[in-house]
Amino acid sequence: MAGESNGAGVFGSSIRRREDPELITGRAKYTDDLQLPNMAYCTILRSDYAHAKINSIDASAAEALDGVIAVYTASDIADSGVPGGIPVGWLLPDMVIPEHFMLAKDTTRYVGDGVAIVVADDLYTAHDALELIYVDYDPRDGVADPKKATEDGAPLVHDEAPNNIAFDWEIGDKESTDAAFANAAHVASLDIVNNRLIPNAMEPRAALADYNSITGELVLYMTTQNPHIHRLLISLASLGLPEHKIRVIAPEVGGGFGSKIHHYADEAIAAWASMQLGRPVKWTATRTETYLTDAHGRDHVTHAEMAVDANGKFIGLRVDTYAAMGAYLSTFAPAVPTYLYGTLMSGEYDLPAIHCHVYGVFTHTVPVDAYRGAGRPEATFVVERLVDEAARVTGLDPAEIRRRNFVAPDNFPFQTQVALAYDSGNYEGALDKALEEIGYADFRSEQAAAREQGRYLGIGLSTYIEACGLAPSAVVGSLGAQAGQWESAVVRVHATGKVTVYSGCSGHGQGHETTYAQIVASALGVPYEDIDVIEGDSGVMPHGWGTYGSRSAATGGSAIASAAEKVVDKARTIAAHLLEAAEEDLEFEDGSFFVKGSPDQAQSLPDVALQAYLAHNLPKGIEPALEATSFYDPENFVFPFGTHIAVVEVCANTGNVELQRYLAVDDVGNVINPMIVDGQVHGGIAQGVGQSLYETAVYDEGANLLSGTMLDYAVPKAHFLPSFETDRTVTPCPHNPLGVKGVGEAGTIASPAAVVNAVVDALSPFGVNHIDMPVTSEKVWNAMN
Amino acid sequence: MYPSKFDYHRPSSVQEAVQILSSNPDAKVLAGGHSLIPVMKLRLAAPAALVDIGRIDALQGISRSNGSLSIGACVTYNEIANSADVQAAAPVLAEAAGQIGDRQVRYRGTIGGNLSHADPASDLPAAALALGATLHVTGTGGSRSVSASDFFVDLMMTALQPDEILTSVEIEAAAAGTGSAYVKFEHPASGYALCGAAAVVTRGAGGSCTAASLCFNGVSSTAVSASDVASSLVGSDLSDDAIVSAVSGLSIPDATGDMFASAGYRQELAKSIGIQALLAARDRA
Ligand SMILES: Cc1cc2nc3c(=O)[nH]c(=O)nc-3n(C[C@H](O)[C@H](O)[C@H](O)COP(=O)(O)OP(=O)(O)OC[C@H]3O[C@@H](n4cnc5c(N)ncnc54)[C@H](O)[C@@H]3O)c2cc1C
Repeated sequence: MAGESNGAGVFGSSIRRREDPELITGRAKYTDDLQLPNMAYCTILRSDYAHAKINSIDASAAEALDGVIAVYTASDIADSGVPGGIPVGWLLPDMVIPEHFMLAKDTTRYVGDGVAIVVADDLYTAHDALELIYVDYDPRDGVADPKKATEDGAPLVHDEAPNNIAFDWEIGDKESTDAAFANAAHVASLDIVNNRLIPNAMEPRAALADYNSITGELVLYMTTQNPHIHRLLISLASLGLPEHKIRVIAPEVGGGFGSKIHHYADEAIAAWASMQLGRPVKWTATRTETYLTDAHGRDHVTHAEMAVDANGKFIGLRVDTYAAMGAYLSTFAPAVPTYLYGTLMSGEYDLPAIHCHVYGVFTHTVPVDAYRGAGRPEATFVVERLVDEAARVTGLDPAEIRRRNFVAPDNFPFQTQVALAYDSGNYEGALDKALEEIGYADFRSEQAAAREQGRYLGIGLSTYIEACGLAPSAVVGSLGAQAGQWESAVVRVHATGKVTVYSGCSGHGQGHETTYAQIVASALGVPYEDIDVIEGDSGVMPHGWGTYGSRSAATGGSAIASAAEKVVDKARTIAAHLLEAAEEDLEFEDGSFFVKGSPDQAQSLPDVALQAYLAHNLPKGIEPALEATSFYDPENFVFPFGTHIAVVEVCANTGNVELQRYLAVDDVGNVINPMIVDGQVHGGIAQGVGQSLYETAVYDEGANLLSGTMLDYAVPKAHFLPSFETDRTVTPCPHNPLGVKGVGEAGTIASPAAVVNAVVDALSPFGVNHIDMPVTSEKVWNAMN
Repeated sequence: MYPSKFDYHRPSSVQEAVQILSSNPDAKVLAGGHSLIPVMKLRLAAPAALVDIGRIDALQGISRSNGSLSIGACVTYNEIANSADVQAAAPVLAEAAGQIGDRQVRYRGTIGGNLSHADPASDLPAAALALGATLHVTGTGGSRSVSASDFFVDLMMTALQPDEILTSVEIEAAAAGTGSAYVKFEHPASGYALCGAAAVVTRGAGGSCTAASLCFNGVSSTAVSASDVASSLVGSDLSDDAIVSAVSGLSIPDATGDMFASAGYRQELAKSIGIQALLAARDRA
């Protein structure tokens, strides 16, 4: 790292998040806080039926209501001449891609599917009017379970997709895997349901669209994790406006967890309405709409098997998964149970044969797409549960069987059987550290003693790997992405030496304003306070691909580092000219250039910047000003890893699971800000514990969402959770300039398996070898009785 | 999350409130608003008018006289949980009130609203039942008293007439040798009681049990009293064994089953939570 000593050695220090004072005092401005003159409000009528034909829509009473400006249906959108589409951005071979229009045309396919739009002078009227629109529905049967949906005779979501199969995908080698099973001494086998989750970002989705009919420009403020992707999709598929006439701005965004990556109809609807009316239109989801329309996560039904030889070595892994897509293919949905899932099946293990087969299945539910971890939590759950089951069938300790199968530290880069090449790792190092800190050996005797007293303690390991920062773009493209995965940055040193950094990522709670400034402070040797970071406005920064998939440090941070390096290079040329020295003779330290051995005659970066702007005395061929742009396309994914351990006690009387300890030893490469990394790990663990013990989206047989409010859908509360213990090992990423990996999803990826392994361990005296998530007290009680 | 239009009234006396209610059949009483406003925002209820009773002095305050405790309908959970009078005379009510929701809910929600709403999963009905509370109500026809055991009629249904307001809750102060406890098994989503048990036991001079009650929230369409358990405890020595064996026969008629917990599991949970409540009550007696 250049300049680590200066910029106050700021890279690697736990500076407090500079974004927090505004956020916690309520001054930050979110989309719904924004008001524009003459603004109207839009609400969307949503189908009450999972599956119905629309015979007719009578909006006359709504239109007659005082304050209602307009009511629109799908035919109005079609008649306006816009493309009206909501596209899928990841293509798999032979995938069925049904039409997805901005409103349901003649069929609704999930409870929440948009049917009509109201625009009114005020929000209350806009909601009142929804109740006055009469839709004559002809209800049909629906199906919500992804496996049942593939059975013959199941109601079809789209006629063009027989058995509701959107795609049939596989990875690995079936033949060699079957051969491994034929030779196995032991086979561990599990049926696993990965429960469906509702994202629950604190801020509901919202859009404020301002179309200027004179200039033809659309300014769209919206809750987005990736303004440029939204601009692109709205331009190409939804509204047909030229890309340069659309400016997508992400004001403060209150969390996303994936749900604000995707391009939904609703934000495009607000924009379309603004185009029709020539006035600003705002739409803000209610929490109910959030539950009904934000893309859900997970929802897999899987059968998985591990073949093990007589020495406890894994020799084969076989996985069959039915993955729900919901009613339509959402933006990146097809990638989630395929390239983000099947490719992770090797886990941390040297597995010689793997075969993973996935059906992507249409169901009469809201679409499923990336949700914190996206495919990798599902894969890790399969692998880590199977590893524990393999330990059980072989009689080995769960830690020991992992040790026997880890990819060895000297075996990197490691090519798995499922496409990925792991860059670096030391899996046993993280495991040893975690076992030591949790007191694994002592725990086993404590557990035995407790059982004598009728108390059931359990410990669960999850030795996880995550693949994030998808890259390089050419590879991602060859797998079906209709997007690049490089990232952009501009580092602009002003004439006074102050710095503005622009990133194509778009943070929404991660702390980029702090960590990116730390990167630049270290690289340029300028004070941290002198650096501002700006993100989230397609009108201001170069194209970028946004924030998701734990990519922002590895891709956006690296782009910033390389732009900063370009700035230093240019400054060095100017400084050499000013110092009348050769560039090679210059040192750059603490933000100053000087000839080796004579630091008293220095040119500081601000000195150089001023000269660069004045341009009175620049070396030949050097352009004025001091800034650089970088478009950084990583060589490879990054592969964070670690060991998480959960300790639980289950209550024999009630079945209640108490999470007593949770320890995470993560390796995320170099750490820019330890406090922020801990915060990401904490949040991720809480969400993963949520999945494992509490959260589940429940649909009934007719595909009605039963868990439609926070009264029914259990997001974990602080008092459900112990104080997490976190630690790290550091194995720098070898292929990016910062040596950083990703951390945003590690906690969610690792923790469900750790928690469930702990519960299964606690219940082992009852002959339990698996329990599906969420592990509710009733499920545990039933398992014990 | 936007309610339909409604009128708003803020009467300053019970009489005035009752008048408004009787002349507006679609009006509803507004107390702490922590059940009513959410259902209005979900448009599951659309009262034409709200009658805000929060500023009526007569509905405020906790008082103790002649061995009985009187709590105004608009007294908040926070006041109840922290009241020395309630802690002394009816500690199980203070304990239950202290476990409701979160701090914000406890500062707004009222005992009158909680009992009148009659949500089977809320925390106060079982305590009111176990304490044999008397509920005072006033309507256009005058005032009357209803015992807690007659008050809870069915799911979200009480003995209140549309023009009646619950004005206060009266509880006989605990006799000497009485201990009580409220134990709650929280619903992980709502925080309400998946099962809540209120137990009150009294020991006589000789140490044996002279009176007992065990009532549950969350397991049935109304708060229920396990009178069989209570009567089999009377006369016992309240030993662990006596309690466990009394509860082992517990059967909740029409136990509730929903997507989070089946009726069968709620039955079992009631036993376990009931035993915990009785043991704790005994230890305090
Ligand atoms: C986030 C949250 C968490 C909660 N958690 C819990 C919990 O854990 N346990 C629990 O028990 N409750 C819980 N509640 C509900 C809370 O206790 C409510 O306050 C209570 O159910 C209703 O009391 P209120 O004073 O708010 O009444 P309101 O909401 O104002 O009224 C409720 C109903 O009672 C009627 N009403 C109110 N007062 C009277 C009266 N004096 N006479 C006649 N009718 C009247 C109203 O017309 C209305 O129909 C929670 C609520 C929220 C929002």
